[in-house]
Amino acid sequence: MIRGTLLLGAGVVLAGCAAPASRYEWGSYEEVIYASYLSHDDLPAEKQVELLEKDYQVARSANRRMPPGWHAHMGYLYYQLGRGDQARQELLTEKAEFPESTVFIDRLLANVSKP
Amino acid sequence: MSVPGRWRIAAVLAIALGLGGCQTVKPYDYTNFRAHPPRSILVLPPLNESTAIEGTYGYLTTVTRPVAERGYYVFPIAVVDQFMKDNGLPTAAEMQQAPLAKVAQITGADAVLFLDLKQYGAHYQVLSSNVIVEVAAKLVDTRTGLLLWEGHGAAQQASNGSGNILGDLLAAAITQAINKKSDRAHQVSRLANANLFFPEQTGLPYGPYSPQYDKAP
Repeated sequence: MIRGTLLLGAGVVLAGCAAPASRYEWGSYEEVIYASYLSHDDLPAEKQVELLEKDYQVARSANRRMPPGWHAHMGYLYYQLGRGDQARQELLTEKAEFPESTVFIDRLLANVSKP
Repeated sequence: MSVPGRWRIAAVLAIALGLGGCQTVKPYDYTNFRAHPPRSILVLPPLNESTAIEGTYGYLTTVTRPVAERGYYVFPIAVVDQFMKDNGLPTAAEMQQAPLAKVAQITGADAVLFLDLKQYGAHYQVLSSNVIVEVAAKLVDTRTGLLLWEGHGAAQQASNGSGNILGDLLAAAITQAINKKSDRAHQVSRLANANLFFPEQTGLPYGPYSPQYDKAP
């Protein structure tokens, strides 16, 4: 019992220094981007989209938000794949979730809308 | 109920170690930051002073999470990178030299995070290797050009010998191969970032998406 209490105490103190519990569903967002930079041939946009869509399903079922930039990045991937409607939808979602992105997203939307 | 002596000592030690990890020498002067608290942060690819070319993106792809968790809107790094390249800024150095007013006009970012990757990668010795990541950061207000915050973070992971010379030579070779493949420096970057962004009194203050916004950093 004493041992348990002491371990708990030390755990709480250590937790004070660790990163806080995440408020977003990060999934493989950063790792997918990392891998796409290091070796784009091994992880083409189709595969990236597939991985990230899976993360989105996890987030939805757990009722968690995607991190800032995530929907914009998805829009960028859909755009690369010629899926313009989905690209626009993701960019609009980014703007709705994070109004700080408005200026940049509007600029990207103008590009996506170009024929 | 008396706590046995050695448990008491262990507990005190654990607590001291825990606190020691958070202690810093001199608090940062957040005057500029408090005058212009940003909501959104544009992270540009780092200048890469290391000998590892993969460091630029190996490090960049670890920065979004800690800054976003701190409570800021972080622009999508790969989209920003591509946008800059498409607009005549092919390298990190050129991106970092873009006029702040222009960056603000194009992205609407409140602040830009300028990163300088000093070290990234494994330093091989005969019997061991050290993976080291060291980075310096400056957060600059896009409207005034004021320095809002700056910091420095480093981390290293060592693998040491066992005392068995033959075994160690073999192990070092295997470890080097694994290091090369999995780019351990990418993982060590996350430790360096914790040391850069999260320290009490010198770290990046909490942003508006953090429940601890407006509290001391």
